[in-house]
Amino acid sequence: MDATLSRTTGPVRKKNKLHAKEFLLWAFLVSVFMIFAGLTSAVIVRRADGNWLEYVLPSAFWWSTAFVLLSSISLQWSLVQARRDELGKLKLGLVLTLFLGLLFLFSQWVAFQQMVSVGLYLVGNPSTSFLYVITGLHGLHMLSAVVVLFVIFAQVFQYKVHSKNMLSIRLGTLYWHFLGVLWIYLYVFFQLIF
Amino acid sequence: MSHSNPSASTAHGHDHGHDHGHHKETFLTKYIFSQDHKMIGKQYLLTGMFMAVVAALLSLLFRLQLGWPEDTFPWLESILGDWAKGGRLDPSFYLALVTMHGTIMVFFVLTAGLSGTFSNLLIPLQIGARDMASPFLNMLSYWIFFLSTVIMLLSLFIESGPAAAGWTIYPPLSALPQAMPGSGLGMTLWLISMTLFIASSLMAALNYITTILNLRTPGMTMTRMPLTVWSFFTTAILGVLSFPVLLSAAVLLIFDRSFGTSFYLSEIFIAGETLNRTGGSPILFQHLFWFLGHPEVYIVLMPALGITSEVIATNARKPIFGYRAMVGSLLGISFLSFIVWGHHMFVTGMNPFLGNVFMILTLVIAVPSAVKTFNYLATLWKGNIRFTPGMLFAIGLVSLFISGGLTGIYLGNAALDINLHDTYFVVAHFHLVMGSASLFGMLAGVYHWYPRMFGRMMNEKLGYLHFWLTFAAVYMVFFPMHFMGIDGVPRRYYNFTGFEYMAEWMDLNRFISISAILGSAAQLIFIWNFFSSMRMGKKAPMNPWNSNTLEWTAPVEHLHGNWPGEIPHVHRWPYDYSRPGASEDFIPQTVKDDDLPEELRKPSVQPVPHHAEKEAVPTETLLFSRLLQALGFRKA
Repeated sequence: MDATLSRTTGPVRKKNKLHAKEFLLWAFLVSVFMIFAGLTSAVIVRRADGNWLEYVLPSAFWWSTAFVLLSSISLQWSLVQARRDELGKLKLGLVLTLFLGLLFLFSQWVAFQQMVSVGLYLVGNPSTSFLYVITGLHGLHMLSAVVVLFVIFAQVFQYKVHSKNMLSIRLGTLYWHFLGVLWIYLYVFFQLIF
Repeated sequence: MSHSNPSASTAHGHDHGHDHGHHKETFLTKYIFSQDHKMIGKQYLLTGMFMAVVAALLSLLFRLQLGWPEDTFPWLESILGDWAKGGRLDPSFYLALVTMHGTIMVFFVLTAGLSGTFSNLLIPLQIGARDMASPFLNMLSYWIFFLSTVIMLLSLFIESGPAAAGWTIYPPLSALPQAMPGSGLGMTLWLISMTLFIASSLMAALNYITTILNLRTPGMTMTRMPLTVWSFFTTAILGVLSFPVLLSAAVLLIFDRSFGTSFYLSEIFIAGETLNRTGGSPILFQHLFWFLGHPEVYIVLMPALGITSEVIATNARKPIFGYRAMVGSLLGISFLSFIVWGHHMFVTGMNPFLGNVFMILTLVIAVPSAVKTFNYLATLWKGNIRFTPGMLFAIGLVSLFISGGLTGIYLGNAALDINLHDTYFVVAHFHLVMGSASLFGMLAGVYHWYPRMFGRMMNEKLGYLHFWLTFAAVYMVFFPMHFMGIDGVPRRYYNFTGFEYMAEWMDLNRFISISAILGSAAQLIFIWNFFSSMRMGKKAPMNPWNSNTLEWTAPVEHLHGNWPGEIPHVHRWPYDYSRPGASEDFIPQTVKDDDLPEELRKPSVQPVPHHAEKEAVPTETLLFSRLLQALGFRKA
């Protein structure tokens, strides 16, 4: 009955078609999500205690949302190009995504500037501190994703990313989409809270 | 060892892609930056044992203070300097000792030392994998843990002393560097060390889960996994879900300490001045902390429970009673552990309704715990018991789990907790049920798998001596604390001489201290036995306990890839002990049904005990089996 299964090394592939590293990434995403679940629950708990400053979210967050959505689309497009071995278009897609990713980080920086310009500092009412810490932590993750994408971009030039070798770009795309979804969750959460 | 002389029969296995373990190895790649899970397991064990010795020494120092509060010990000053001026411990250093003892024991010994050792050693070996899903990540996880260990130990050597806010580091003591001596650099180092520790445990846990789900050998279905692997699996899931939340709590705390935010700090006067902090909530920290903290006690306990299941079944020569109920109770405990954190906070001014909810959920944990206890006892019942040292420690765990667990039912009660909170009753409870029980599980595991790790047997006589002294000492130390707690003696107090109503407990405190010294001395027997047996122990046969699981089918040699030939395939569950009609009293998991006499073939997953053949399958077994089918773990 086991004749079809690998008898030597490597993962046992049965119903579970996920590559071991892909599963590892999913589990990692769960733990990253728990960090933000913990922080956003903390916001809810703290807000219920009163003495909570309400303010309008900086408008640059709209731009962040737009950039993160566009970057996910362009990265998904790149993934399709990699599957079709269209390396030229793949490079274009990755450059576009990297650019949009940097724009996202820049728009976050602008948002912080907007907050500071109206006198909402990191130190002060916890409601502003929370915003800085949570978006900052998300931004750090986004920065790591930009680095990851840059590594994948470099791999394309070494002919390491193509239809027969999709693992790294698949994992990179998953991580990127996750951070995009996480941003939208955070943005909706802040909209509802403030 | 035989690895210097590879036999011809093993050579054919080398072309199967695991030859990465046979590159020319240096001392560095073999013993230090090893990616072999067996070596990493040993690294965790040795680091854990070292940290246990440190934590025990710290506890002896504060037991000295509690037992003889009026006496001076001039030799203390020569060791501790200003922390023991005139031979008496400094009160804030006393708090630092308690904090570091708790931190080291909970995280460094009973999380990393226990789960790190046995998950690494046993997961690949027991599921028939050549190594972890990511051996590199595994190595990284150990070395980050090692770094966090070094930083935690370094904090013992700074002038202002190590962190002293308790292992739970409640703000404001932990949030204001000027609050007490240990709140400064000591606390900073504590936070850095713990951040590294969290990163390390996350890497390890992600690896364990992926390995268990992806790398099982053909035939090793989820319901054929040994209970040890099940317990490491649920432990790793708890780690992945709860440690990130501690990280969130720590991030906010770091901002409060270093950047002036007020997440946990409200209006505070300190040293005659008003701090510019407003609007924070120290209760918020407790919520975040205990959302990790409660699962953490099961992260500590569950591997010990899994080890005990395996050791008891093997040495009672009986199938574990209620395998599915054992798995179900692990899953139940894991789930419940996330929704009971409020029972640590009954006296924080919590809404009484919320307190009731947490109380009921807490008491529900008694159900899966009782299932486990019952199954251990039922496995022992009429077994052909071999009292090996490992078995004694496993039975010791059951005893401690019962006596410590019962007091949990008292403490889980929101009304009683008003009286018992922060008293020695709590200290007694968690030291028995979490501390000692897990330590016993760890020791059971070391005695049981020592031949698997080092190819030699530990000395049995010394093992018995070690067990009985430790067992007696644990009860002598922690049992009397219940009485002090009921009388209202608070924990974390430097001394009790200033309170008239506590004076009567002076003699008992001294008795506890003497017992603690004796109990710690008994551990020297174990340490001697552990290290001397590496060289002088009796050579162990490949399967010294006549056990069914896969780790005993692999030769004990330095072989990255575990099995010289093909990986073993699995044809049955791991608890086929004493099947009537079989030629031996164990049938290893690798034995095919075809090789057995007719009457022993099927059912191989869960044999019905011979004396209960006519009885119907219990309903909960059926239900759980359906659940596993629905989740895709079993074929319908």
